[in-house]
Amino acid sequence: MTSATVEKTAAPRFANPFKQREMGIVLALVVLVGFTAINQSRFLSAQSVTDILLNTAILAVLASGMAVVVITRHIDLSVGSVLGLSAFTVATVMQQNQGLPMVAALGLGLAIGAVAGVLNGALVHFGNVPALVVTLGTMYAYRGLTYSWAGGQQVTADEVPRHFLHFANSALLGVPWLVLIALVVIAGVGLMMRNYRIGRELYAMGSSPQAAGLAGIRIARNTLVAFVISGALAGLGGVLYASRFGTVDASSGNGYELQVVAAVVVGGVAVFGGSGTIWGAGLGALLLTVIGSALAVLDINQFWQQAIVGALIVLAIGADRLVAVRIARTLRKRDSHV
Amino acid sequence: MSELRGRLASWDSMIIVVTAVVVVAASIGVENFGTSTNFTFLVLDLLPIALIALPMTMIVITGEIDLSVASTLGLTSAIMGDLWNRGLTIETIIPLCVLVGALLGAVNGVLINRLGLPSLAVTIGTLALYRGLALVVLGDAAVADFPWAFTGWVTGTIGGGPVPNVLLVLVVLAVAFGVVLHATPVGRALFAIGANDQAARFSGIDVARTKFWLYVVSGAIAGLAGVLWTLRYSSARADNGAGLELAVVAAVLLGGVSIFGGRGSLWGVLSGVLLLAVLQNALRLQDVSGQALNIVTGVLLIASVLLPNIITGVRDSVHRRRRRTVPLKSS
Repeated sequence: MTSATVEKTAAPRFANPFKQREMGIVLALVVLVGFTAINQSRFLSAQSVTDILLNTAILAVLASGMAVVVITRHIDLSVGSVLGLSAFTVATVMQQNQGLPMVAALGLGLAIGAVAGVLNGALVHFGNVPALVVTLGTMYAYRGLTYSWAGGQQVTADEVPRHFLHFANSALLGVPWLVLIALVVIAGVGLMMRNYRIGRELYAMGSSPQAAGLAGIRIARNTLVAFVISGALAGLGGVLYASRFGTVDASSGNGYELQVVAAVVVGGVAVFGGSGTIWGAGLGALLLTVIGSALAVLDINQFWQQAIVGALIVLAIGADRLVAVRIARTLRKRDSHV
Repeated sequence: MSELRGRLASWDSMIIVVTAVVVVAASIGVENFGTSTNFTFLVLDLLPIALIALPMTMIVITGEIDLSVASTLGLTSAIMGDLWNRGLTIETIIPLCVLVGALLGAVNGVLINRLGLPSLAVTIGTLALYRGLALVVLGDAAVADFPWAFTGWVTGTIGGGPVPNVLLVLVVLAVAFGVVLHATPVGRALFAIGANDQAARFSGIDVARTKFWLYVVSGAIAGLAGVLWTLRYSSARADNGAGLELAVVAAVLLGGVSIFGGRGSLWGVLSGVLLLAVLQNALRLQDVSGQALNIVTGVLLIASVLLPNIITGVRDSVHRRRRRTVPLKSS
């Protein structure tokens, strides 16, 4: 391969923003926000916007991790259970150690999630068990663990330290901490996936696991990294959840994995791996949250929300398939000229 | 290939043996497990999982998956409640509901086989979509006043004994699915598709149409399960059966069906369903909370795929060592 062809196939540093896949979501967001704001001016009030951003933040943190796993052609269905385990553990620890700083809580949540992720990744790679099966299993197991420990108890908002609750609602320069953390996560993971070797290797593994192995990519390490990122971010999400809602029990985050997968798929990450971006997943999380708020503001039956989410997933994968087929056709045509 | 088949047979028989051991141990060690009342409840509890597992076995054998089944169950239940509220007779509602289930399955089938979309993604989408539609149809209301003739039959037993009436439905369907899967060309085609769908296509199997009908059948059975669920609890609700898809997939994989397709048997799956149900039932009788039991389900699920892998790995390394010491003539 000559250097000229490498130059040609490498992605341009700044791609035309209007040709990017994520433009579809941005467009949908603009239309949705515009339509809702025209019909209900309070939709764009400061309070409403803050609420939307706060709700997006937790979902976006988990979606960033899920995107890494999905890009690698795996899936992590255990994130909702990891969030629950982390939220309950952290809330209990904070309840018993009122003086513990917020940083410790964040660290504890990350650590719990990372351990859960290591177990997932090890079973997937070394056990040679498909991620769907492993994380389906650990989804049950982690949730069961939380239940057998917590039973019917709950930690309520007035039992945890004030600064822990205060964290979710306080802001730095007008931006809520929760949103800042989500932005940092999206930027950090996005940068890693886009500009660093490990990220490119994860894309390569998703495109073709066999080719990646033959090219000397360290599959074992990378698989572990992907699941640890997803687990750790789910653990972090648990801390944010506990801080935002204050009251947690063993069922916290039950069924959340579906929303996370939805955000990632709607955000343009292909379910068969190899393509998509972290900021796309973040946009997907934002779109899902905005839909929920718009339905509420427009006084449309909230029950429509889940149906719309489902329809969006089907639409998104349909559109993705269409793009893939068109690209394949273009490539075939280009090859025939050579 | 024969070695592969041998391993499969051994996993199936292992699960059957394990199930038998657990049943015997539970009847001896767990108080009230062996009672006829408990047997009735055990069957009623495992019925929806067992029913849906029948078509799911076939789908997973072809290398696909259907995660939308529990939402189909919920939507059918919601529609059943709505139609009953509108004054239709139960005799019209029940076949209509099964038909609705088949239609929902057909939507999956079209998306997967006409448009070539991955089944995992499609059915995660319709999992959310159908559950959402169920909520749209019925909201968070519950419809409860179904006629006693039907609810009583579903919860009743044959001649007042321990055997529930609905076991008849399960047995008839299980035999039908078993015959189709293991004794007809259709069944062999399913295994062929799962082993290598291109090879299957070249040998004249209409892969797309076969898969389409599998999803239709899966939807219809989920619809039937929705009807039976509604009648058993005498309550049509939009959230009926939420999360059941995972229990079904767990039972199918536990029963020795390969998630990659091409391998598995119906009796393996039925013993997988029984094993899960007996474990849950026995532990619950010992006052272990239902939610904590999820650990057992999760660990069993992973072990059911992990253990055969380990066995194969060990066997392969033994083979390799033997080959190193005794050189083969042809290689």
